[in-house]
Amino acid sequence: MTSLLWLLAALAGAGGWAVLALARGESVSAGWLIAAAVGTYCIAYRFYGRFLASRVTGLDDRRATPAERLANGRDFVPTGRWVLFGHHFAAIAGAGPLVGPVLAAQFGYLPGTLWIVFGVVIAGAVQDYVILFASMRRDGRSLGRMARDEIGPVTGILAMVAILAIMVILLAVLALVVTRSLAESPWGVFTIACTIPIAILMGFWMERWRPGRTLEASAIGVLLLIAALIGGRWVAASPALAPLFTWPAETIAWGIVGYGFLASVLPVWMLLCPRDYLSTFMKIGTITLLAAGLIVVHPPLQMPAFTRFIDGSGPVFAGKLFPFVFITIACGAISGFHALIASGTTPKMLRREGDARLIGYGGMLMESFVAVMAMAAAAALDPGTYFAMNVPLAALGGSVESAATVIQGWGFHFSPADFHALTASVGEQTLLSRTGGAATLAVGIAQVFSTAFGGGLMGLWYHFAIMFEALFILTTVDAGTRVGRFMLQELLGHVWAPLGRTSWYPSSVIASAVIVAGWGYFLIQGVIDPNGGINSLWPLFGISNQLLATVALCVGTTVIVKAGKARYAWVTLLPLTWLLTVTCTASWQKVLSPDPRLGFLALAERTLAMVNAGEMAPGLGRQVAFNARLDALLTTLFVSVTLLVVAVSVREWILVIRGRKPARSLETPFEETAYAG
Amino acid sequence: MRDSRGATHDPRPTTVLRRLERVIRQVAGMPDYRAYLAHARRCHPDRPSLGEREYFAEYLRARYADGPNRCC
Repeated sequence: MTSLLWLLAALAGAGGWAVLALARGESVSAGWLIAAAVGTYCIAYRFYGRFLASRVTGLDDRRATPAERLANGRDFVPTGRWVLFGHHFAAIAGAGPLVGPVLAAQFGYLPGTLWIVFGVVIAGAVQDYVILFASMRRDGRSLGRMARDEIGPVTGILAMVAILAIMVILLAVLALVVTRSLAESPWGVFTIACTIPIAILMGFWMERWRPGRTLEASAIGVLLLIAALIGGRWVAASPALAPLFTWPAETIAWGIVGYGFLASVLPVWMLLCPRDYLSTFMKIGTITLLAAGLIVVHPPLQMPAFTRFIDGSGPVFAGKLFPFVFITIACGAISGFHALIASGTTPKMLRREGDARLIGYGGMLMESFVAVMAMAAAAALDPGTYFAMNVPLAALGGSVESAATVIQGWGFHFSPADFHALTASVGEQTLLSRTGGAATLAVGIAQVFSTAFGGGLMGLWYHFAIMFEALFILTTVDAGTRVGRFMLQELLGHVWAPLGRTSWYPSSVIASAVIVAGWGYFLIQGVIDPNGGINSLWPLFGISNQLLATVALCVGTTVIVKAGKARYAWVTLLPLTWLLTVTCTASWQKVLSPDPRLGFLALAERTLAMVNAGEMAPGLGRQVAFNARLDALLTTLFVSVTLLVVAVSVREWILVIRGRKPARSLETPFEETAYAG
Repeated sequence: MRDSRGATHDPRPTTVLRRLERVIRQVAGMPDYRAYLAHARRCHPDRPSLGEREYFAEYLRARYADGPNRCC
């Protein structure tokens, strides 16, 4: 019976890929995309996942997990496998797998989909699983700590600095995505602004008025949130209120900066924690709805499998298919950031060792599925609409009519009248050049939902999707700022001890301000960037996230080698080599390419030349040039740190394999579980 | 509702409603005072257990200070 099911999964996968491969010229249903992905995941989980679990790492259900040995009813809590699967998925899935595929759709739907599906099987899920395994065998220690213990103290500090720097870029780019989707949108701004008082109300409810009643507070929060969503439509239609909430991008960006600072210094219960609950419920609910909607509607994919932009001339972001599809889609195929979660809360909650395969490998397959859905939603849009929404304003000429000339020049059908009608139907004043992917995805989701459930409520579904994305992106910004603050305080504590005390208020304020200033700077620069900001910040984010994955895979390989299983080390070395190739090529091109669209240094030079020729305002020009050089410096720094970690790790592996160094594993010694069966 | 003695001593809640509540709490990463009390009474009967407020504060500290728990 079970083998019949596996056969069915294999057939679904094979059928899906066959249709995608053979269909040329006519449009393919999104259903085939989903079938191909799900079929592949099932086979990978059954065979490769099991190989990793039993052969490479040797999961042992008789061995007590940290959750059992160190149970404290707080963070070390043995948790059922499906519940933990949900918990882990809610922790790893964010805006990354939703936005990356939308941007990569400029190459057509096929390249991105192939990387999402096969990348996760051999890279992303392997990384998440191996790190989860390693942390589980080491009392739930963090990635930075494992890097220090297993490879060396220098690597530990390098890893920590790398994590901090990546976090700054990540927060900036995510905040920029929200800014672009909320600019000049009274409905969106009103709804998102309401989440702050709603969260504070929830916070007081569960901390002061009815302690511990978090579920009650969340139910009230969700209801109020829906009221705010519906109220937003009314605000946008009101001539008196709409101007109050119609904000330009710069104002929104400053608002997010101020809010991020506040959220980092206020007590967790007041703002951060209630928003975290709201966003978790919204996330799980919306993703489930989206899966159901896509399966019911299975819209035809209007984007071609490949577009002409694989040659590197793409208007959404510059660069050829190789290496940039692998950089643009980080989360969904492999995300280094997951290694922090897989060595954070999750390993402390595993009830049995055997569950690690479902949580680590399976959880990442699920995230990859979210990325496939995002790709399907974006590719189901008419390509003309897609490009009108994702190309920087400067390239489109500023109006829908000028955009039509540009987009038709690329050979895509585009009707200004239809675009105006779409804009009106979602209740916005403009959809032109809403770069960053969030708004595009919201239109895609709104189309699916209004066909599947809503009977034409495009505006409501569009703003529902925007709220869902903005809510959990801002939660990541809050939580990230706070974590960054703690990490900085820990680092500063080495310099002057009082700065390391996280409970000392001045230290908290200073560290929060430094972190917020870090990402706030890149955010504001992204907003005023004449090219839209996303096309320089998103690749930087992709590169840094992939480099963090490289560091994680170094730790994973070291753990495997030191466990005396060097013959299986290829499972992590394979993705490690691929990521190094991709990120080094991309970094080289981003820094040194003579094409000013692609290379940071070339961009700086061209901008300064334009200033000298009087074609650009000197103030803005110098700022753009400075930022381009800063981006080049950061890229170089990220690559250098990673190469250093790789070099130190390789040396360690060789020493161990040659027998010059004992293969001493730092695993916690075996202790038998008390659980029956 | 709060002092249901039966539930506190049972590591696997018996009523469907309480089970559902626990699943939601664990998925969303919410504190679960009753589960904590059950654990504390079972494993450390010699030590006094934390009050609800203290437990909530401790839980939040462990969850939001020890590294990222939300991803990109």
